[in-house]
Amino acid sequence: MNTIIEGKNINVQMKKKVLLEVERIELKMGEVLAVIGPNGAGKSTLLRVLALLQEPRQGEIYFKGEKVAPKDRIRFRRKMAVVFQEPLFLDATVIENVALGLKIRGVNAREAKERAEYWLQKFKAEELRNRWAKALSGGEAQRVSLARAFALEPEVLFLDEPFSNLDVFIRESVISDFAEVLKTTGITTFFITHDLKEVMLLADRVAALMGGRVVQEGTPRELVENPATKDLEKFIESWKRILKSFF
Amino acid sequence: MDAVIEGVKKALIMLVTMDPDIYRIALVTLKVTGTALIVSVTLSLPAAFFIAFKDFPGKKLVISLANLGMGLPPTVVGLWVCLMLWRSGPLGRLRLIYTPTAIVVAQTLIASPVILALATAALQQVDRKLRWQIMALGATPFQMLFLLVREARYSLMAAVIAGFGAIISEVGASMMVGGNIEGYTRVLTTAIVLETSKGNFEDALALSFILLLMAYLGSLALTYFQQRRHKDEYNN
Repeated sequence: MNTIIEGKNINVQMKKKVLLEVERIELKMGEVLAVIGPNGAGKSTLLRVLALLQEPRQGEIYFKGEKVAPKDRIRFRRKMAVVFQEPLFLDATVIENVALGLKIRGVNAREAKERAEYWLQKFKAEELRNRWAKALSGGEAQRVSLARAFALEPEVLFLDEPFSNLDVFIRESVISDFAEVLKTTGITTFFITHDLKEVMLLADRVAALMGGRVVQEGTPRELVENPATKDLEKFIESWKRILKSFF
Repeated sequence: MDAVIEGVKKALIMLVTMDPDIYRIALVTLKVTGTALIVSVTLSLPAAFFIAFKDFPGKKLVISLANLGMGLPPTVVGLWVCLMLWRSGPLGRLRLIYTPTAIVVAQTLIASPVILALATAALQQVDRKLRWQIMALGATPFQMLFLLVREARYSLMAAVIAGFGAIISEVGASMMVGGNIEGYTRVLTTAIVLETSKGNFEDALALSFILLLMAYLGSLALTYFQQRRHKDEYNN
Protein backbone atom coordinates (compact mmCIF):
# COMPACT_ATOMS: atom_id res chain seq x y z
CA MET A 1 0.00 0.00 0.00
CA ASN A 2 1.29 3.44 -0.87
CA THR A 3 1.72 6.02 1.84
CA ILE A 4 -0.63 9.01 1.51
CA ILE A 5 0.46 11.02 4.55
CA GLU A 6 3.71 10.74 6.40
CA GLY A 7 4.91 12.72 9.38
CA LYS A 8 8.61 12.75 10.25
CA ASN A 9 10.38 13.97 13.38
CA ILE A 10 7.34 15.85 14.62
CA ASN A 11 7.85 17.87 17.76
CA VAL A 12 5.22 20.07 19.36
CA GLN A 13 5.85 21.97 22.57
CA MET A 14 3.85 24.32 24.69
CA LYS A 15 5.72 26.48 27.18
CA LYS A 16 8.70 24.12 26.93
CA LYS A 17 6.53 21.07 27.72
CA VAL A 18 6.75 18.44 25.01
CA LEU A 19 3.25 17.60 23.80
CA LEU A 20 4.22 15.47 20.86
CA GLU A 21 7.42 13.76 19.80
CA VAL A 22 6.81 11.40 16.92
CA GLU A 23 9.72 10.07 14.90
CA ARG A 24 7.58 8.72 12.08
CA ILE A 25 3.93 8.06 11.45
CA GLU A 26 2.29 7.11 8.21
CA LEU A 27 -1.17 6.73 6.84
CA LYS A 28 -1.46 4.26 3.99
CA MET A 29 -3.76 4.78 1.04
CA GLY A 30 -7.22 3.37 1.73
CA GLU A 31 -6.57 2.27 5.30
CA VAL A 32 -8.41 3.22 8.45
CA LEU A 33 -5.93 4.06 11.19
CA ALA A 34 -7.30 4.35 14.72
CA VAL A 35 -5.30 6.37 17.22
CA ILE A 36 -5.77 5.44 20.86
CA GLY A 37 -4.27 6.66 24.08
CA PRO A 38 -5.19 8.24 27.40
CA ASN A 39 -6.25 11.87 27.76
CA GLY A 40 -3.35 14.23 27.22
CA ALA A 41 -1.40 11.69 25.15
CA GLY A 42 -1.23 14.12 22.22
CA LYS A 43 -3.77 12.45 19.93
CA SER A 44 -5.64 15.60 18.95
CA THR A 45 -2.38 17.51 18.53
CA LEU A 46 -1.14 14.78 16.18
CA LEU A 47 -4.38 15.01 14.21
CA ARG A 48 -4.05 18.78 13.88
CA VAL A 49 -0.44 18.50 12.78
CA LEU A 50 -1.14 15.82 10.15
CA ALA A 51 -4.27 17.67 8.97
CA LEU A 52 -2.09 20.79 8.56
CA LEU A 53 -4.10 22.81 11.08
CA GLN A 54 -1.22 23.29 13.49
CA GLU A 55 2.39 23.87 12.63
CA PRO A 56 4.77 21.74 14.68
CA ARG A 57 7.85 23.30 16.25
CA GLN A 58 9.84 20.79 14.23
CA GLY A 59 9.12 18.14 11.66
CA GLU A 60 7.88 17.57 8.15
CA ILE A 61 4.65 16.34 6.66
CA TYR A 62 4.61 14.57 3.30
CA PHE A 63 1.52 14.14 1.16
CA LYS A 64 1.94 11.34 -1.39
CA GLY A 65 5.67 11.79 -1.07
CA GLU A 66 5.60 15.57 -1.61
CA LYS A 67 6.87 17.64 1.28
CA VAL A 68 4.21 20.12 2.42
CA ALA A 69 5.73 23.59 2.33
CA PRO A 70 4.08 26.35 4.43
CA LYS A 71 2.87 28.15 1.28
CA ASP A 72 1.15 24.98 0.06
CA ARG A 73 -0.76 24.17 3.22
CA ILE A 74 -4.11 25.42 1.91
CA ARG A 75 -3.72 23.43 -1.33
CA PHE A 76 -3.09 20.23 0.67
CA ARG A 77 -5.78 20.99 3.24
CA ARG A 78 -8.22 20.99 0.35
CA LYS A 79 -7.47 17.29 -0.19
CA MET A 80 -8.55 16.52 3.37
CA ALA A 81 -11.56 16.84 5.65
CA VAL A 82 -11.81 16.95 9.43
CA VAL A 83 -14.64 16.05 11.79
CA PHE A 84 -14.18 17.24 15.35
CA GLN A 85 -15.61 15.83 18.55
CA GLU A 86 -18.11 18.67 18.81
CA PRO A 87 -19.75 19.45 15.51
CA LEU A 88 -18.67 23.00 14.70
CA PHE A 89 -21.05 24.95 12.55
CA LEU A 90 -21.33 28.45 11.28
CA ASP A 91 -24.39 30.51 12.10
CA ALA A 92 -26.32 29.28 9.06
CA THR A 93 -28.64 26.51 7.87
CA VAL A 94 -27.61 22.87 7.58
CA ILE A 95 -27.44 22.94 3.80
CA GLU A 96 -25.37 26.15 3.85
CA ASN A 97 -22.96 24.57 6.30
CA VAL A 98 -22.58 21.37 4.31
CA ALA A 99 -22.11 23.27 1.05
CA LEU A 100 -19.73 25.81 2.58
CA GLY A 101 -16.56 23.75 2.30
CA LEU A 102 -17.31 23.01 -1.34
CA LYS A 103 -17.84 26.70 -2.09
CA ILE A 104 -14.60 27.51 -0.29
CA ARG A 105 -12.89 24.97 -2.54
CA GLY A 106 -14.26 26.63 -5.65
CA VAL A 107 -17.22 24.38 -6.48
CA ASN A 108 -20.06 26.40 -8.01
CA ALA A 109 -23.13 27.05 -5.85
CA ARG A 110 -25.47 24.68 -7.73
CA GLU A 111 -23.12 21.73 -7.67
CA ALA A 112 -22.22 22.42 -4.04
CA LYS A 113 -25.91 22.31 -3.10
CA GLU A 114 -26.50 19.10 -5.03
CA ARG A 115 -23.52 17.39 -3.46
CA ALA A 116 -24.52 18.62 -0.01
CA GLU A 117 -28.02 17.21 -0.50
CA TYR A 118 -26.63 13.89 -1.71
CA TRP A 119 -24.42 13.47 1.36
CA LEU A 120 -27.10 14.61 3.77
CA GLN A 121 -29.26 11.87 2.30
CA LYS A 122 -26.44 9.33 2.73
CA PHE A 123 -26.32 10.18 6.41
CA LYS A 124 -30.10 10.20 6.76
CA ALA A 125 -30.15 13.89 7.48
CA GLU A 126 -31.90 15.24 4.38
CA GLU A 127 -34.93 16.43 6.38
CA LEU A 128 -32.61 18.70 8.37
CA ARG A 129 -31.46 20.67 5.33
CA ASN A 130 -33.29 23.91 6.18
CA ARG A 131 -32.85 23.75 9.94
CA TRP A 132 -30.51 26.14 11.71
CA ALA A 133 -27.31 24.09 12.19
CA LYS A 134 -26.56 25.35 15.67
CA ALA A 135 -29.98 24.23 16.88
CA LEU A 136 -29.47 20.55 16.02
CA SER A 137 -29.33 17.79 18.61
CA GLY A 138 -26.05 15.92 19.17
CA GLY A 139 -26.83 13.00 16.88
CA GLU A 140 -28.28 15.20 14.13
CA ALA A 141 -25.34 17.54 14.33
CA GLN A 142 -22.78 14.77 14.01
CA ARG A 143 -24.61 13.29 11.00
CA VAL A 144 -24.50 16.73 9.36
CA SER A 145 -20.85 17.11 10.31
CA LEU A 146 -20.01 13.76 8.68
CA ALA A 147 -22.04 14.71 5.59
CA ARG A 148 -20.08 17.97 5.37
CA ALA A 149 -16.78 16.08 5.50
CA PHE A 150 -17.76 13.43 2.93
CA ALA A 151 -19.29 16.05 0.63
CA LEU A 152 -15.77 17.40 0.19
CA GLU A 153 -14.80 14.02 -1.28
CA PRO A 154 -11.46 14.19 0.51
CA GLU A 155 -8.51 11.94 -0.10
CA VAL A 156 -7.96 11.73 3.63
CA LEU A 157 -10.53 12.00 6.39
CA PHE A 158 -9.57 12.94 9.94
CA LEU A 159 -11.93 12.32 12.83
CA ASP A 160 -11.36 13.38 16.40
CA GLU A 161 -13.56 11.21 18.64
CA PRO A 162 -16.58 11.96 16.46
CA PHE A 163 -19.00 9.71 18.33
CA SER A 164 -17.94 10.21 21.93
CA ASN A 165 -20.53 12.90 22.69
CA LEU A 166 -23.45 10.86 21.44
CA ASP A 167 -25.72 8.82 23.64
CA VAL A 168 -25.48 5.08 23.25
CA PHE A 169 -28.54 4.51 21.02
CA ILE A 170 -27.83 7.32 18.60
CA ARG A 171 -24.16 6.38 18.63
CA GLU A 172 -24.81 2.86 17.37
CA SER A 173 -26.87 4.09 14.45
CA VAL A 174 -24.47 6.90 13.48
CA ILE A 175 -21.47 4.54 13.65
CA SER A 176 -23.24 1.96 11.56
CA ASP A 177 -24.14 4.53 8.87
CA PHE A 178 -20.61 5.88 8.99
CA ALA A 179 -19.08 2.40 8.69
CA GLU A 180 -21.23 1.69 5.65
CA VAL A 181 -20.27 4.95 3.92
CA LEU A 182 -16.63 4.41 4.78
CA LYS A 183 -16.72 0.93 3.30
CA THR A 184 -18.36 2.18 0.10
CA THR A 185 -16.06 5.14 -0.40
CA GLY A 186 -12.82 3.56 0.80
CA ILE A 187 -11.50 6.93 1.95
CA THR A 188 -8.21 6.85 3.86
CA THR A 189 -9.16 7.63 7.46
CA PHE A 190 -7.33 8.70 10.58
CA PHE A 191 -9.55 8.58 13.61
CA ILE A 192 -9.08 9.12 17.29
CA THR A 193 -11.19 7.07 19.60
CA HIS A 194 -11.63 5.98 23.18
CA ASP A 195 -13.94 3.16 22.25
CA LEU A 196 -12.65 -0.31 21.55
CA LYS A 197 -15.82 -1.24 19.69
CA GLU A 198 -15.07 1.50 17.18
CA VAL A 199 -11.51 0.21 16.82
CA MET A 200 -12.66 -3.35 16.22
CA LEU A 201 -15.41 -2.31 13.84
CA LEU A 202 -13.62 0.31 11.78
CA ALA A 203 -9.84 0.14 12.04
CA ASP A 204 -7.36 -1.71 9.86
CA ARG A 205 -4.48 -0.56 11.99
CA VAL A 206 -4.02 1.07 15.39
CA ALA A 207 -1.40 3.48 16.68
CA ALA A 208 -1.10 3.88 20.44
CA LEU A 209 0.07 7.22 21.78
CA MET A 210 1.46 7.66 25.28
CA GLY A 211 2.99 10.88 26.58
CA GLY A 212 3.23 12.32 23.08
CA ARG A 213 5.05 9.29 21.61
CA VAL A 214 3.81 6.50 19.39
CA VAL A 215 4.54 3.47 21.53
CA GLN A 216 3.07 0.83 19.27
CA GLU A 217 1.54 0.37 15.84
CA GLY A 218 -0.16 -2.74 14.54
CA THR A 219 -3.43 -4.47 13.91
CA PRO A 220 -6.07 -4.07 16.60
CA ARG A 221 -5.52 -7.68 17.65
CA GLU A 222 -1.73 -7.31 17.91
CA LEU A 223 -2.09 -4.27 20.08
CA VAL A 224 -4.64 -5.80 22.35
CA GLU A 225 -2.88 -9.13 22.73
CA ASN A 226 0.69 -7.87 22.97
CA PRO A 227 0.82 -4.32 24.25
CA ALA A 228 4.37 -2.97 23.86
CA THR A 229 4.65 -1.06 27.14
CA LYS A 230 3.43 -1.36 30.71
CA ASP A 231 1.48 1.88 30.39
CA LEU A 232 -0.25 0.69 27.28
CA GLU A 233 -1.02 -2.60 28.96
CA LYS A 234 -2.61 -0.72 31.86
CA PHE A 235 -4.56 1.40 29.45
CA ILE A 236 -5.80 -1.65 27.63
CA GLU A 237 -6.64 -3.32 30.95
CA SER A 238 -9.46 -0.84 31.31
CA TRP A 239 -10.94 -2.28 28.13
CA LYS A 240 -10.56 -5.91 29.14
CA ARG A 241 -14.20 -6.52 29.90
CA ILE A 242 -15.26 -5.33 26.50
CA LEU A 243 -12.40 -7.22 24.90
CA LYS A 244 -13.64 -10.52 26.23
CA SER A 245 -16.71 -10.26 24.09
CA PHE A 246 -14.48 -10.07 21.02
CA PHE A 247 -11.87 -12.78 21.76
CA MET B 1 -44.12 71.67 30.09
CA ASP B 2 -45.07 74.52 27.77
CA ALA B 3 -41.45 74.78 26.70
CA VAL B 4 -41.43 71.09 25.77
CA ILE B 5 -44.62 71.38 23.71
CA GLU B 6 -43.33 74.53 22.06
CA GLY B 7 -40.04 72.75 21.41
CA VAL B 8 -41.78 69.83 19.73
CA LYS B 9 -43.92 72.20 17.65
CA LYS B 10 -40.88 74.22 16.62
CA ALA B 11 -38.92 71.10 15.77
CA LEU B 12 -41.76 69.90 13.54
CA ILE B 13 -42.03 73.29 11.87
CA MET B 14 -38.27 73.41 11.34
CA LEU B 15 -38.30 69.92 9.84
CA VAL B 16 -41.38 70.47 7.67
CA THR B 17 -40.35 73.90 6.41
CA MET B 18 -36.81 72.59 5.85
CA ASP B 19 -35.25 75.36 7.90
CA PRO B 20 -31.91 75.98 6.14
CA ASP B 21 -29.96 76.63 9.36
CA ILE B 22 -31.16 73.40 10.91
CA TYR B 23 -30.45 71.40 7.79
CA ARG B 24 -26.98 72.89 7.55
CA ILE B 25 -26.24 71.94 11.18
CA ALA B 26 -27.76 68.48 10.69
CA LEU B 27 -25.73 67.99 7.51
CA VAL B 28 -22.47 68.98 9.23
CA THR B 29 -23.34 66.60 12.09
CA LEU B 30 -24.06 63.79 9.66
CA LYS B 31 -20.86 64.39 7.67
CA VAL B 32 -18.62 64.70 10.70
CA THR B 33 -20.11 61.79 12.66
CA GLY B 34 -20.40 59.59 9.58
CA THR B 35 -16.78 60.22 8.59
CA ALA B 36 -15.54 59.65 12.15
CA LEU B 37 -17.52 56.39 12.32
CA ILE B 38 -16.15 55.12 9.00
CA VAL B 39 -12.57 56.01 10.00
CA SER B 40 -13.02 54.41 13.44
CA VAL B 41 -14.42 51.18 11.97
CA THR B 42 -11.65 51.07 9.34
CA LEU B 43 -8.98 51.44 12.02
CA SER B 44 -10.55 49.41 14.81
CA LEU B 45 -11.85 46.27 13.10
CA PRO B 46 -8.53 45.11 11.60
CA ALA B 47 -6.85 45.96 14.91
CA ALA B 48 -9.51 43.96 16.77
CA PHE B 49 -8.83 40.98 14.48
CA PHE B 50 -5.14 41.22 15.15
CA ILE B 51 -5.59 41.48 18.91
CA ALA B 52 -8.23 38.73 19.07
CA PHE B 53 -6.42 36.15 16.97
CA LYS B 54 -2.70 36.81 17.37
CA ASP B 55 -0.63 36.21 20.43
CA PHE B 56 1.95 38.91 21.07
CA PRO B 57 3.74 40.33 24.11
CA GLY B 58 1.69 43.03 25.83
CA LYS B 59 -1.63 41.80 24.44
CA LYS B 60 -3.40 42.09 27.79
CA LEU B 61 -2.01 45.60 28.23
CA VAL B 62 -3.37 46.66 24.82
CA ILE B 63 -6.80 45.20 25.64
CA SER B 64 -6.84 46.91 29.03
CA LEU B 65 -5.92 50.23 27.37
CA ALA B 66 -8.76 49.79 24.85
CA ASN B 67 -11.13 49.03 27.73
CA LEU B 68 -9.89 52.13 29.54
CA GLY B 69 -10.42 54.13 26.33
CA MET B 70 -14.09 53.17 26.36
CA GLY B 71 -14.57 55.51 29.29
CA LEU B 72 -12.42 58.31 27.90
CA PRO B 73 -14.10 61.65 28.70
CA PRO B 74 -14.70 63.60 25.44
CA THR B 75 -13.44 66.80 27.07
CA VAL B 76 -10.10 65.11 27.81
CA VAL B 77 -9.88 63.95 24.20
CA GLY B 78 -10.85 67.46 23.10
CA LEU B 79 -8.12 68.98 25.25
CA TRP B 80 -5.41 66.68 23.85
CA VAL B 81 -6.52 67.14 20.25
CA CYS B 82 -6.62 70.89 20.88
CA LEU B 83 -3.07 70.87 22.23
CA MET B 84 -1.89 68.85 19.23
CA LEU B 85 -3.66 70.95 16.60
CA TRP B 86 -3.24 74.37 18.22
CA ARG B 87 -1.32 76.76 16.00
CA SER B 88 1.76 76.50 18.21
CA GLY B 89 1.21 72.76 18.81
CA PRO B 90 3.13 69.87 17.21
CA LEU B 91 0.58 69.54 14.39
CA GLY B 92 -0.26 73.25 14.20
CA ARG B 93 1.20 73.53 10.71
CA LEU B 94 -1.68 71.44 9.40
CA ARG B 95 -4.06 74.29 10.33
CA LEU B 96 -6.79 71.89 11.36
CA ILE B 97 -7.98 73.50 14.57
CA TYR B 98 -11.58 74.77 14.35
CA THR B 99 -12.28 72.72 11.23
CA PRO B 100 -14.67 69.77 10.70
CA THR B 101 -11.55 67.59 10.26
CA ALA B 102 -10.51 68.43 13.83
CA ILE B 103 -13.90 67.20 15.07
CA VAL B 104 -13.51 64.04 12.97
CA VAL B 105 -10.10 63.45 14.59
CA ALA B 106 -11.49 63.93 18.11
CA GLN B 107 -14.56 61.79 17.47
CA THR B 108 -12.43 59.05 15.91
CA LEU B 109 -10.34 59.00 19.10
CA ILE B 110 -13.53 58.68 21.14
CA ALA B 111 -15.21 55.98 19.03
CA SER B 112 -12.18 53.84 18.17
CA PRO B 113 -11.48 52.44 21.65
CA VAL B 114 -15.17 51.64 22.09
CA ILE B 115 -15.33 49.74 18.78
CA LEU B 116 -11.91 48.18 19.32
CA ALA B 117 -12.66 46.86 22.81
CA LEU B 118 -16.14 45.56 21.99
CA ALA B 119 -15.10 44.08 18.63
CA THR B 120 -12.10 42.34 20.21
CA ALA B 121 -14.35 40.81 22.86
CA ALA B 122 -16.84 39.77 20.16
CA LEU B 123 -14.18 38.08 18.06
CA GLN B 124 -12.57 36.39 21.04
CA GLN B 125 -15.89 34.73 21.72
CA VAL B 126 -15.74 32.88 18.40
CA ASP B 127 -14.75 29.32 19.29
CA ARG B 128 -11.09 28.61 18.51
CA LYS B 129 -12.12 25.19 17.27
CA LEU B 130 -14.45 26.81 14.76
CA ARG B 131 -11.40 28.51 13.29
CA TRP B 132 -9.75 25.10 12.95
CA GLN B 133 -12.90 23.81 11.27
CA ILE B 134 -12.91 26.71 8.80
CA MET B 135 -9.21 26.12 8.11
CA ALA B 136 -9.92 22.43 7.62
CA LEU B 137 -12.54 23.29 5.01
CA GLY B 138 -9.66 24.81 3.07
CA ALA B 139 -10.35 28.51 3.62
CA THR B 140 -7.85 31.13 2.51
CA PRO B 141 -7.02 33.85 5.08
CA PHE B 142 -9.49 36.18 3.32
CA GLN B 143 -12.27 33.57 3.36
CA MET B 144 -11.50 32.93 7.03
CA LEU B 145 -11.78 36.66 7.79
CA PHE B 146 -15.08 36.92 5.93
CA LEU B 147 -16.56 33.90 7.73
CA LEU B 148 -15.42 35.09 11.14
CA VAL B 149 -16.93 38.54 10.55
CA ARG B 150 -20.14 36.83 9.49
CA GLU B 151 -20.03 34.63 12.57
CA ALA B 152 -19.56 37.56 14.95
CA ARG B 153 -21.75 39.95 12.95
CA TYR B 154 -24.31 40.71 15.67
CA SER B 155 -21.70 41.55 18.26
CA LEU B 156 -19.58 43.47 15.75
CA MET B 157 -22.56 45.59 14.77
CA ALA B 158 -23.28 46.17 18.45
CA ALA B 159 -19.72 47.51 18.72
CA VAL B 160 -20.32 49.85 15.78
CA ILE B 161 -23.66 50.99 17.27
CA ALA B 162 -21.91 51.73 20.58
CA GLY B 163 -19.24 53.73 18.74
CA PHE B 164 -21.90 55.66 16.85
CA GLY B 165 -23.74 56.38 20.12
CA ALA B 166 -20.56 57.67 21.72
CA ILE B 167 -19.90 60.28 19.02
CA ILE B 168 -23.35 61.39 17.95
CA SER B 169 -23.99 62.43 21.55
CA GLU B 170 -20.66 63.99 22.50
CA VAL B 171 -20.34 67.73 22.82
CA GLY B 172 -17.17 68.59 24.72
CA ALA B 173 -14.60 67.60 22.14
CA SER B 174 -16.59 69.04 19.21
CA MET B 175 -16.90 72.36 21.00
CA MET B 176 -13.22 72.52 21.95
CA VAL B 177 -11.65 71.50 18.64
CA GLY B 178 -14.37 72.70 16.27
CA GLY B 179 -15.09 76.03 17.88
CA ASN B 180 -18.83 75.87 17.13
CA ILE B 181 -18.49 78.10 14.05
CA GLU B 182 -21.86 78.69 12.41
CA GLY B 183 -22.28 76.96 9.08
CA TYR B 184 -18.88 75.33 9.36
CA THR B 185 -18.22 73.39 12.55
CA ARG B 186 -21.50 73.84 14.38
CA VAL B 187 -23.04 70.43 15.02
CA LEU B 188 -26.32 69.60 16.73
CA THR B 189 -24.84 69.03 20.19
CA THR B 190 -22.82 72.26 20.18
CA ALA B 191 -25.80 74.19 18.78
CA ILE B 192 -27.95 72.88 21.67
CA VAL B 193 -25.36 74.07 24.19
CA LEU B 194 -25.26 77.48 22.52
CA GLU B 195 -29.06 77.92 22.38
CA THR B 196 -29.41 76.78 26.01
CA SER B 197 -26.73 79.23 27.14
CA LYS B 198 -28.65 82.01 25.35
CA GLY B 199 -31.89 80.96 27.08
CA ASN B 200 -33.51 79.88 23.78
CA PHE B 201 -34.94 76.71 25.26
CA GLU B 202 -37.45 76.19 22.47
CA ASP B 203 -34.71 76.24 19.83
CA ALA B 204 -32.52 74.03 22.02
CA LEU B 205 -35.39 71.58 22.46
CA ALA B 206 -36.16 71.60 18.75
CA LEU B 207 -32.51 70.84 18.01
CA SER B 208 -32.45 68.12 20.68
CA PHE B 209 -35.45 66.40 19.07
CA ILE B 210 -33.74 66.50 15.72
CA LEU B 211 -30.58 65.07 17.29
CA LEU B 212 -32.59 62.33 18.96
CA LEU B 213 -34.32 61.55 15.69
CA MET B 214 -31.01 61.42 13.88
CA ALA B 215 -29.43 59.23 16.57
CA TYR B 216 -32.45 56.95 16.45
CA LEU B 217 -32.44 56.71 12.65
CA GLY B 218 -28.72 55.94 12.70
CA SER B 219 -29.17 53.25 15.34
CA LEU B 220 -32.22 51.91 13.53
CA ALA B 221 -30.29 51.56 10.27
CA LEU B 222 -27.41 49.78 12.03
CA THR B 223 -29.80 47.60 14.04
CA TYR B 224 -31.74 46.69 10.92
CA PHE B 225 -28.49 45.68 9.24
CA GLN B 226 -27.51 43.72 12.35
CA GLN B 227 -30.80 41.88 12.70
CA ARG B 228 -31.83 41.40 9.10
CA ARG B 229 -31.26 37.62 9.05
CA HIS B 230 -32.19 37.03 12.64
CA LYS B 231 -35.87 36.75 11.80
CA ASP B 232 -35.25 34.07 9.17
CA GLU B 233 -33.00 32.16 11.52
CA TYR B 234 -35.79 31.41 13.96
CA ASN B 235 -38.44 30.80 11.36
CA ASN B 236 -37.28 27.34 10.48
